[in-house]
Amino acid sequence: MNSIKKFILELQEITNLIVSAFLGLFKKPFYLMDLIKQMDLIGVGSLPIVLLTGFFTGGVLILQTFPTLAYYGGQGEAGRAVATSLVRELGPVLAALMVSGRIGSAISAELGSMVVSQQIDAMRALGTDPNRKLVAPRIIALILMLPLLTVAADIFGIIGGGIVASGLFNQNYDVYVTSVRNGITVEDIIGGIIKPLFFGLIIGSISCYKGLSTTEGTVGVGRSTTSAVVLSSIVVIIFDFFLSRAIMSVFGTKII
Amino acid sequence: MLDSQIEEPILNDETIEEELEPTDLEDAVDEPERIVPAIEFRDIHLSFDDKKILDGISFTVRRGETKVILGRSGGGKSTTIRLILGLLKPDSGQILIDGEDITDYTEIEMMEVRKKIGMVFQEGALFDSLSVYDNVAYRLHEQGVAEAEVEKEVRRMLQFVDLEEAIDKMPAELSGGMRRRVGVARALVGDPQIVLFDEPTAGLDPPTARTICELAIKLRDLEDVSAIFVTHEMNNLKILSTVYATVNEDGAVVFEDEGETICLINTEIIMLKEGQIIFSGKDEELAASKNEYIQTFMRGK
Repeated sequence: MNSIKKFILELQEITNLIVSAFLGLFKKPFYLMDLIKQMDLIGVGSLPIVLLTGFFTGGVLILQTFPTLAYYGGQGEAGRAVATSLVRELGPVLAALMVSGRIGSAISAELGSMVVSQQIDAMRALGTDPNRKLVAPRIIALILMLPLLTVAADIFGIIGGGIVASGLFNQNYDVYVTSVRNGITVEDIIGGIIKPLFFGLIIGSISCYKGLSTTEGTVGVGRSTTSAVVLSSIVVIIFDFFLSRAIMSVFGTKII
Repeated sequence: MLDSQIEEPILNDETIEEELEPTDLEDAVDEPERIVPAIEFRDIHLSFDDKKILDGISFTVRRGETKVILGRSGGGKSTTIRLILGLLKPDSGQILIDGEDITDYTEIEMMEVRKKIGMVFQEGALFDSLSVYDNVAYRLHEQGVAEAEVEKEVRRMLQFVDLEEAIDKMPAELSGGMRRRVGVARALVGDPQIVLFDEPTAGLDPPTARTICELAIKLRDLEDVSAIFVTHEMNNLKILSTVYATVNEDGAVVFEDEGETICLINTEIIMLKEGQIIFSGKDEELAASKNEYIQTFMRGK
């Protein structure tokens, strides 16, 4: 019972945090510079790892599926396999996991040490709402940047797949590109961009909440950083399932 | 009153009626708001889980007065000033700032109240990511004050704490004492009428600690600021209750010890023990107290 209570309480606190961060967006002062700084840190800063992840995931997909497809004589459809799985699932999820590792930990460590060194109290004492100054720019930056990172990961994944297909399996480049284009639908692309919007919200709100609720000094900072990364990764993966199902219903994709 | 022995007309806010001379009464009528205490606690109770932190605390801080809160670590001293800022809410009781009941204020309403209050934190609590200039200017930047104005004010405040040369440094480059002084400067931007010091001298060497106390004295005697000074160090108490600041003929601020003369230094002491006030009064009364706990605390053994 106690852990259920704790879970519901945390859910309530996170919801409160999101609501107060978003309500604060419509009041002065606007923290535009903070938002731009966070967008740079989160978006531009995470680009290299997300591109690398995308590139090699695309490559390994071709590496593993090409022989099987070739066995059934379907090697011409290899591009379709890579594109569909990347755009629908792997792109959004892998980008979100990489960002939650890199940014989620940074956010909760930074906010956590600000709590421990009384900087959050000082900020409130100086008349600033930390939810607006610190939380809102981070969540908004994640929501805006994660879809862009996802698209970048998708593109690099498809390129990586193409390089492996032509380099290792001597597939004609045109065949690969045609197969990719046949594989992706507009619905896939829209679905693949809607998902990271939610993932950004999840990573941002969980990391900010964990950071701000840090207690017990520097040990607590470590603990909240760990739980921010673990929790946001798990929630991203669980949410991915339900979001996929919801997107299928909306676009009327047949399950069977 | 020992009129003949009073050496300096130091800020005299004594409101005990029989001591008021007719002119004082007229002054009081001219400025009726001076009668309203700057801070008032009415029977404040607070507990975390099952642990009682504050158990029926009531006190007032008059205008221009410095209240020293003494007590052991974990005795509820810091909690008291967190309550004033609304960083915590009491379980029961009332807190009044300038006669305004802030007990049930929301975070947004508290923001307005906090503009009147400056707070100096234990370790300074400077924003690591901002330079000294930006730290001190923080409040003004938030209010969207023009940059020329901000710079003038920041320089004035850094002059007040005698740290103008550190204006472009980052907090990590400063020594402990300097961080604390920047913290004081940041708290004083906007000339708040109430300043709260949370163990501002903890971990500092005696001369630096004295500098911090002198800043508090300067605020009390020359700026008419009401203050709460939380500490557990008897040295601070001695300085705050025996030294006064005055301006000499050259216009420089000097600190003088009251010595053998009796001065009306506007500092009172309250002592907390296990969430209750066990002493309230002047330093001479504290020294004369027969209470064993107080004696042990003062002698440190």
